[in-house]
Amino acid sequence: MGAGHAHRLYRHGHSPVHALPPHTKLAATFAFVVVVVSTPREAMWAFGLYAVLLGLVAFRARVPAGFLLKRLLIEVPFVAFAVLMPFVAEGERVDVLGVSLSVNGLWGAWNVLAKGTLGVATSVLLAATTELREVLLGLQRLKLPPLLVQIASFMIRYGDVITDELRRMRIARESRGFEARGVRHWGVLAKTAGALFIRSYERGERVHLAMVSRGYAGAMPVIDEVTASRAQWSYALTLPFAALVVCVLGWAL
Amino acid sequence: MCDTREQQSESNERVTRSCEPFALSHYHRTVHVPDGFINAPTSAVTGVVAAGAIAVSLRGARRELDERTAPLAGLVAAFIFAVQMLNFPVAAGTSGHLLGGALAAILVGPYTGVLCISVVLLMQGILFADGGLTALGVNITVMGCVTTVVAYAVFRGLVKVLPRGRRSVTVASFVAALLSVPAAALAFTLLYWIGGTTDVAIGKVATAMVGVHLLIGIGEAAITALTVGAVIAVRPDLVHGARGLQQKLQLRVNGALVDVPAAEGARTAPVAARTSRRTLWVSGLVTSLVLAGFVSFYASANPDGLEKVAADKGIDEKVEEHAAADSPLADYGVKDVDNARLSGGLAGVIGVGVTVVAGSAVFWAVRRRRGVDDASPTAVENV
Amino acid sequence: MTAAVTPPPSLDVAGLAFAYPDGHQALFGVDFSIARGERVALLGPNGAGKTTLVLHLNGILTGGTGTVTVAGLPVGKQHMAEIRRKVGIVFQDPDDQLFMPTVREDVAFGPAAAGIRGAELEERVDRALARVGMAEFKDRPPHHLSFGQRRRVAVATVLAMEPEILVLDEPSSNLDPASRRELADILRSLDVTVLMVTHDLPYALELCPRSLILSEGVIAADGRTADLLADDALMRAHRLELPFGFDPRSVTMGA
Repeated sequence: MGAGHAHRLYRHGHSPVHALPPHTKLAATFAFVVVVVSTPREAMWAFGLYAVLLGLVAFRARVPAGFLLKRLLIEVPFVAFAVLMPFVAEGERVDVLGVSLSVNGLWGAWNVLAKGTLGVATSVLLAATTELREVLLGLQRLKLPPLLVQIASFMIRYGDVITDELRRMRIARESRGFEARGVRHWGVLAKTAGALFIRSYERGERVHLAMVSRGYAGAMPVIDEVTASRAQWSYALTLPFAALVVCVLGWAL
Repeated sequence: MCDTREQQSESNERVTRSCEPFALSHYHRTVHVPDGFINAPTSAVTGVVAAGAIAVSLRGARRELDERTAPLAGLVAAFIFAVQMLNFPVAAGTSGHLLGGALAAILVGPYTGVLCISVVLLMQGILFADGGLTALGVNITVMGCVTTVVAYAVFRGLVKVLPRGRRSVTVASFVAALLSVPAAALAFTLLYWIGGTTDVAIGKVATAMVGVHLLIGIGEAAITALTVGAVIAVRPDLVHGARGLQQKLQLRVNGALVDVPAAEGARTAPVAARTSRRTLWVSGLVTSLVLAGFVSFYASANPDGLEKVAADKGIDEKVEEHAAADSPLADYGVKDVDNARLSGGLAGVIGVGVTVVAGSAVFWAVRRRRGVDDASPTAVENV
Repeated sequence: MTAAVTPPPSLDVAGLAFAYPDGHQALFGVDFSIARGERVALLGPNGAGKTTLVLHLNGILTGGTGTVTVAGLPVGKQHMAEIRRKVGIVFQDPDDQLFMPTVREDVAFGPAAAGIRGAELEERVDRALARVGMAEFKDRPPHHLSFGQRRRVAVATVLAMEPEILVLDEPSSNLDPASRRELADILRSLDVTVLMVTHDLPYALELCPRSLILSEGVIAADGRTADLLADDALMRAHRLELPFGFDPRSVTMGA
C-alpha cells in the first residue's frame, strides 16, 4: 500500500508566509480546501484559478515549483482510482477512441483529481511553511481540546524516538542474519511490533512519572501562546476569500 | 520566536546532517481518502460525527487512564505511527503493513484507541498532506471509530465467550481485526453511497471494497493477533482487553507479613460477575451477527431504499447539471440495478458468511486443540 | 537559602517497605536520613530496589508501609504539590524527562505547573540553563542535542523548580568521559542536597563524601564512601565491584 518514502515536508525559510502565525495559516488552509470542495465540478475554469492562487502563495512562500510538484506525485494511488472511474461508473456513455466511457465517470474522475490535487497542494504548502512546533501551537490556539493537542504533541515528540527504536531492532535482527522474506517470518516481525508497543507504553509511563515529578496534575501549563494581529489575519485569509469569490462565480455562471 | 532564526537554521543543519533515521522525515504513506471524494455536506456531517466521537473518547480515556492519558495515548499514537512503517513481506516483493485500529483497540481500549488513531490521522493530514483536510471527518469516522469500535466489540464478545486463556485472546484478536477492516470498508461504502461524488453502482463499490478488504483484513488479522500474542507473552497486564483480576498484596517487612493498606491510587478495575454475563454475551454476539447478516443482506438486496436515495441524489445533481447543458444522470442505469442488487446482496452475504465461517473455524480449531493438549498451562489467568 | 537554627533533615526515610502489584517485593524496610546540604551516594547492584526507593521520595509510589519525610514535610496526599516541588528527580533516560518540544518549554514546565508566569518564569529558565551551561540551546528541540547535553538539560529542568533535594538516577550512565566530568563539575557547584543513585563507584567517590548501600531491599551499610569502597568483604557481599585498576585508598580527594 505505502508508496515509498516522503520526507518531512517542512522547508526552512523566511518568507512572509512562513512568518504568519500558525493558527491563521491553519484556518486559511482549511477554509480554502472547503471552498474548493464546494465548487461545482463543471466550472472547470474555477479550478484553474485556484491553482493560480496556490501558485501565487507558493511564489510568496518561495517554495519552488519542483518541490511542490514532486510532493504531488505521491498521490498516484488515488489517481489510479480516478482513472478507473470512467470505466465503472453508471449512466450515459461516450466512445473515446473506441472505448466506451461513462460521462458521469469522467466528470467524477475530473472532480476527484482536481479537488484532490488542489487539496494535497494546499496541505503541502501549509506543511512546507509551518514547523511542527508551530502546528501544535496553532491547533492549541484554534481551541482544539487541550488533551488532544497534548496527545499530538507527545506523538510528535516521541515519533522519532520510537521509530529509531524500531530501526535499531531491525539492525539487531539483521545483524543476526534474519531477513524477513515472506509470511512465515511474520511471527518475528510481530514480536518486534509487540516489543515496540511494550517499550512505547513503558516510556509513556516513565514520561508520566517525569511529568508528575514536576508538578503535572492533568493540565499542561500554557507556556507559549501565539497571537495574530488583524493585519496578519486578513493577510492569511486573502487566499480563502479570493477562492470564495471564484466559487460563487462558479455557482452563478 | 523571531530572534531565534540563527539557532533554528543551525538546528536545521543538524537535522539534515543526521536526518536518515528520523521517522517524521521518513514517513511511509498510507492511502487515506483525499479531498473531493465525498461531497461537502457529507464531509461536514462526518466531521461532526468524528468530533463527537473524539469528545466521547476524550472523556472515556480520561476515565480509563486519569491524568496519564496524555503521555500514554501520545506514546501509543507514536507507536501506531511507527508500526505502520513496519513492512510485512507477503511474496515476490510485495508487502503489507498494519493499519492498527484493531491493535490499538485491543491493547489500550476503545477510547484511547480512537484517540490515538484520530491523532495519527490528524497529523498525517496536516504534516504530510496524507488524506484531505475536508476528508478528515470521513477518515477519522471510518478508520478511527468504525475500525476501533467494531474490533473492540468483537474482541470483548469473543473473549467473554471463549474459554479463558492466552490463546483465546489471540483468537479473539484475529477475528476482531479480520472483521474490523471490511467493516470499515462497508462504512466507507455507505458514506460513498450517501455522498460520493461519482455515480458508481453501490453494489459494485461494496463488492470491490469488501472483497479487497477481506484480503487486507486477513493480513491485518494475522499481524494483530501475532502482535497481541507477543505482548501478552511478556506483559499481559498491558493488554487492555485482557485485564481482569488482581490479587491482594501482602508485604514482608523484616520477616513479618503485613497487609497493604488500602491503596489510594490503585487502578484495579472492578471485577465483573463473569459467569452470569457469559450467556448474555453469547446471545448478544449471535444476535448481532444474525442482525448484521440480515440487515446487510436486506439493505443491499432491496433496491427500493437504495434506489430512492440514489434517485434523490440524481435529481439534485440533475438540477445543478442542467446548467452544464449535459445531464449525465438522465437515464440512470435501470439495467444495472439488477446487477447492483445482485452484487450488493452477494457482497453482503459473502462478507458476513466468510466472517462467520472464519470465526467459527478458528473457534473450533481452538476448542479441538484445547481438547488435545488440555494439560497446557493457561498462563494468563486474568483474561 | 534561609537556614533555620537546626534545619530538619532534607530527607528522612523510616521503615519503608513496598511490593509491586504483580507481587514482587522490592523494599523490605529502609531507614536513613540525609542532612541539609549533604551529597550522598546510594549504591547497590541491579535490582536492589534503588529506582523503587527513588519513586517513593516524591510520592509517585505509595501504598506500602513506612514513612518518607522531606524537610519536615511527610510525603502524602495533602502536601503532594509541595513535595514534588521540593524533591527534584532526574531520571535515568533524559528522553523520558525532556517531553516538551523545546528545551525552554521543558525547563519551564515545572515552575509553570507551580503557577509561575511571565518574566519570573523566563528568569528561572535562564538561571537553570546557565547553571548547567546550556543557555545557548534554549530554543532547540531536545532530540537534536547530544546525550550529555540532554542529561544536563534534564538537570536544569529540575533545578528550575529550586528543589530542597536533588535526586539523580544513574547520572553518569552513557556519558563519555568529558560529559561525565562536566556533569560532575556542575553537581559540585550546586548548593543543594544531593542523593545520587548509581553503581558507578568512582563517580560516587569523586562526588559524595557519604554513601549508602542498598541491597535486597534494605540499607546494608551507611558510612564514608572511601571507607565503604575500601571494605572488600562488604563490597563482595553486595555485588559491588570497582573498575579494574581502581584503588579507592590511592585517591586523594580535592575538596
